[in-house]
Amino acid sequence: MQALYAQLLVGLINGSFYALLSLGLAVIFGMLNIINFAHGALYMMGAFVAYFLLNLGGINYWWALIIAPVVVGIFGMILERTMLQWLTGLDHLYGLLLTFGIALIVQGVFQNYFGSSGLPYSIPDQLKGGVNLGFMFLPIYRGWVVVFSLVVCLATWFLIEKTQLGAYLRAATENPTLVRAFGINVPRMITLTYGLGVGLAALAGVLSAPINQVRPLMGADLIIVVFAVVVIGGMGSIMGSIITGFALGVIEGLTKYFYPEASNTVVFVLMVVVLLVKPTGLTGRAA
Amino acid sequence: MSALTDDTLPITPRAMRDEMIVFAAMALLLAIVPWTGIYPFFVMQALCFALLACAFNLLIGYGGLLSFGHAMFLGTAGYVSAHALKVWGLSPELGILVGTAAAALLGLVTGYISIKRQGIYFSMITLALSQLLYFLYLQAPFTHGEDGIQGIPQGHLLGIFDLSKPLVLYYVVLVGFLAGFLLIYRTINSPFGEVLKSIRENEPRAISLGYKTDQYKLLAFILSGTLAGFAGSLKVFVAQNASLTDVHWSMSGEIVLMTLVGGLGTIFGPVVGAFVIIAMQQYLAGFGQWVTVIQGVIFVACVLLFRRGLVGELAHLLRRSL
Repeated sequence: MQALYAQLLVGLINGSFYALLSLGLAVIFGMLNIINFAHGALYMMGAFVAYFLLNLGGINYWWALIIAPVVVGIFGMILERTMLQWLTGLDHLYGLLLTFGIALIVQGVFQNYFGSSGLPYSIPDQLKGGVNLGFMFLPIYRGWVVVFSLVVCLATWFLIEKTQLGAYLRAATENPTLVRAFGINVPRMITLTYGLGVGLAALAGVLSAPINQVRPLMGADLIIVVFAVVVIGGMGSIMGSIITGFALGVIEGLTKYFYPEASNTVVFVLMVVVLLVKPTGLTGRAA
Repeated sequence: MSALTDDTLPITPRAMRDEMIVFAAMALLLAIVPWTGIYPFFVMQALCFALLACAFNLLIGYGGLLSFGHAMFLGTAGYVSAHALKVWGLSPELGILVGTAAAALLGLVTGYISIKRQGIYFSMITLALSQLLYFLYLQAPFTHGEDGIQGIPQGHLLGIFDLSKPLVLYYVVLVGFLAGFLLIYRTINSPFGEVLKSIRENEPRAISLGYKTDQYKLLAFILSGTLAGFAGSLKVFVAQNASLTDVHWSMSGEIVLMTLVGGLGTIFGPVVGAFVIIAMQQYLAGFGQWVTVIQGVIFVACVLLFRRGLVGELAHLLRRSL
């Protein structure tokens, strides 16, 4: 049973990353009509920024949790201003191709300087060790990742669904021209949205650095799984993305316990099943 | 969905004549390659990728469907052909047939699943399906995991042509490429191709005219996958191995890149693009990961600056369809 709970925890952690990444993808898709293929590369950048902060500047994990998403968010906003904004009005596919190119560039540059092996990033002192819950041993850091990710996801949901800013955002997603007519600077909102989306990816990167090590290709395979998560959950609803992300992580964790051979394919298989049973995805609108 | 190509020219007898002249020139140029001193292995490899890119282009350029998983056909046909040749000891023609048939079957299954969603979702689904196959091949015993299937016997095609002789192999690959190319060309200009283009331009309208668009898309997907598989089977004889590289997502990205560089929805673009990208990899092989960076830069430059691609820009300048 110990092993089962351990795999469930790993599943919850992976689920946190799926949720944070698919949430960002959904928010970006809503505003920019772009599937951000660079999301995995920016997740990796978040982890690397944390690594640089610690090893070059001696700045600890807690600051990295704030600084890395801001730095990567600003990098993303520069990408949006200089490149992505020129795609307005073109077929969606060009956004996918452009961001795929950006991902290749970012990952290639990092691979050149850091190879393909992982760089260690140690768990902050305050979160070292673990607690015995009676039925399992819980490493504190892993518990922290799950709880913190959940909080960030819910905060993002609150921001978009329940605040004034979120209302503008949802309105601009539905009808940007009309919202501009009300005097709201929609292009700036689009830039900020992209920054927010990639900032969430970078945050996930910082969270994963002590668990998965810092590798240039850490986001490359992850993003494909996240795409499958997005296909399953649909991009129509924020809460849908969060729940689907966590649920699939848990299912993956259970598969690791019961049938490990299928653990890296189970999300894709589920995607096929969902497409056959309910082609529009679990929460999504037909697209 | 908006159109990918902004200047589709009507098919006129003149356009057909132009295209046939270019085709004849291309076939002639490729036929004299062995006597020019150009390394034939390079050209053979480029021809396999050119056919692959043409097959991919059939979907995106004429059906408006961006498959981000076409490496799965290349890899599947490659593995099956390699296994058939090496373990079952089949003759080359049967090896090619079995590999291509496997790709066709895969096209039927994956096509049925992926056309359930349109646009951007279609791309994500094809990518996810090819990743699923990647992991299956990684674990399946017959692919030999990271090592791949190596030392594949080339044998005698139809019992006559000795494929271990580079010159013979070159012409066999060339004939295979030209046949595949002509089949795609014929498809594009058939009534089926016209319906496909109408789906690309405006799917709801095609549906309202009574076309069962899903069937057309599925058929196009199977055809594209089969031809991509045929290219993969041919490549087995050139490279004499089948490995995981051919199923990896980065290979799917390269196929997209070749077609984008040459020109989406142009007839000769994918061929030009394949030669450009393969040549680039050949010359920059010593630069390690910078090749990836350069590929990324080309992606970005193509999307932002010249979406028509090399052949598309040329055709636009000459006001011809190429």
